[in-house]
Amino acid sequence: MSTLNIPIYLDYSATTPVDERVAKSMAECLTLQGNFGNPASRSHPFGWRAEEAVEEARRNVAELIGAVPKEIIWTSGATESDNLAIKGAALFNQKKGKHIITMKTEHKAVLDTCRQLERDGFEVSYMDPMENGLLDIEAFKKEIREDTTVVSIMHVNNEIGVIQDIAAIGAITREKGIIFHVDAAQSPGKVAIDVDEMNVDLMSLCAHKVYGPKGIGALYVRRKPRVRLEAQIHGGGHERGMRSGTLATHQIVGMGEAFRIAREEMTAETARMRVLRDRLWNGVKDMEEIYLNGDLEQRIPGNLNISFNFVEGESLIMSLKDIAVSSGSACTSSSLEPSYVLRAIGRNDELAHSSIRFTMGRFSTEEEVDFTIEKVREAVEKLRELSPLWDMFKDGVDLDSVEWAHH
Amino acid sequence: MAYSDKVLDHYENPRNVGVLDKDDPNVGTGMVGAPACGDVMRLQIKVSEDGVVEDAKFKTYGCGSAIASSSLVTEMVKGKTLDEVAAIKNSEIVEELALPPVKIHCSVLAEDAIAAAIADIKAKREEQSTVKASA
Repeated sequence: MSTLNIPIYLDYSATTPVDERVAKSMAECLTLQGNFGNPASRSHPFGWRAEEAVEEARRNVAELIGAVPKEIIWTSGATESDNLAIKGAALFNQKKGKHIITMKTEHKAVLDTCRQLERDGFEVSYMDPMENGLLDIEAFKKEIREDTTVVSIMHVNNEIGVIQDIAAIGAITREKGIIFHVDAAQSPGKVAIDVDEMNVDLMSLCAHKVYGPKGIGALYVRRKPRVRLEAQIHGGGHERGMRSGTLATHQIVGMGEAFRIAREEMTAETARMRVLRDRLWNGVKDMEEIYLNGDLEQRIPGNLNISFNFVEGESLIMSLKDIAVSSGSACTSSSLEPSYVLRAIGRNDELAHSSIRFTMGRFSTEEEVDFTIEKVREAVEKLRELSPLWDMFKDGVDLDSVEWAHH
Repeated sequence: MAYSDKVLDHYENPRNVGVLDKDDPNVGTGMVGAPACGDVMRLQIKVSEDGVVEDAKFKTYGCGSAIASSSLVTEMVKGKTLDEVAAIKNSEIVEELALPPVKIHCSVLAEDAIAAAIADIKAKREEQSTVKASA
């Protein structure tokens, strides 16, 4: 008999707990008895052992994405990788052109990096997704110009979990000689990645969404054909000069172990996630006025993003106090804006305000899902009883025809 | 963000949820906010001939603080005269519920709802008196 641990964690896309096996490997790299040396120390075995551990981790990360170890550059996380990739490639190639293409549904680490480049005189095209969240490939082709040097498209969207057709985009950028960066923070262990088949030039990765520690990430930098970057952090010339700074052995070892486990367990895990995801969706989909955000098929297993119309997201989260989920609505984050991702796929403000993201992971169980279904149904019913909009909907009032007093 | 105990109490046990007949000549209805902004409040008050609020009901679409603010308001207005009700300030709601700065707009919305309900009942009464006068 397993018992339910309250609160239930269903926010695996925000971060994951560190796998016990990963934590153990990390703990072995800290103390005097452990592998504590500086991997850059060439003059004694402490350094050599640490370097060996770092290189093994590099192999594990490379292997999961079909790269060679030399193409992996350690960073502090996906945000730094995004910055290094986009700024590094755009600046290095600025004599060729100053046009970048990305999407409106990218993570802020990509969008804000592009904004910064705009301030530095670059031009950026922010593509609208289609209603299912995917990039319109034909529209993308038309957006490419003579001076386009960098394209940055995420693999898996953090909010709605949709998977972009990276191989289709990569085929186009390779043919045109444009550098293709992919933010893959959300995809390792959930979707197969092969940087060669997909023609990816740069790929941002992080450990903490894959049951590894926070504070460590990597950037894949293609060697053939060689992609060159302008470094953003200068110092001792670590990581082939692309990212200076003493390597954090324990963090790197943790990421390597996390990626090794992800590679070994991906097939079984994705199948299990899919069962849980379908169980959750089947448990709520008959409710009135609910909308699934993003394509159901072109989507990682383990993600459901649902708008519960006429119920405000933050109050729904408050009702679901035994379940840790996140909302794309106002107030939960520091901004008062509804999710820009949901707005970009064409959801109106009401539906964007009413959304909840459920993300399941390695330690989620069927019991947790069943409990969640019950609680969600209860909470939505309670809040709709409280909602004047629900009354109006039931009375057949078209809410769009009402003149609201905007404040 | 942590909610105050009072917000949680009103949120979990909202007072006076419901609907009064908006066509009743003694009922004033105020609906403020917009779905696009993430909150809509409907406050209804039933006012006696001599101008005392006998009953109040609300329904609110919005965050926990918005729901708590409107629930609190229904308690605050009962038994008061319209003039006393009109004098209720959002700062009283902020204080009572210990709302953080990012939630002050919820109390402002509740004050607006009160004003809108009062305006509605006053308009109804004026209309009645004109009808009576012309009869």
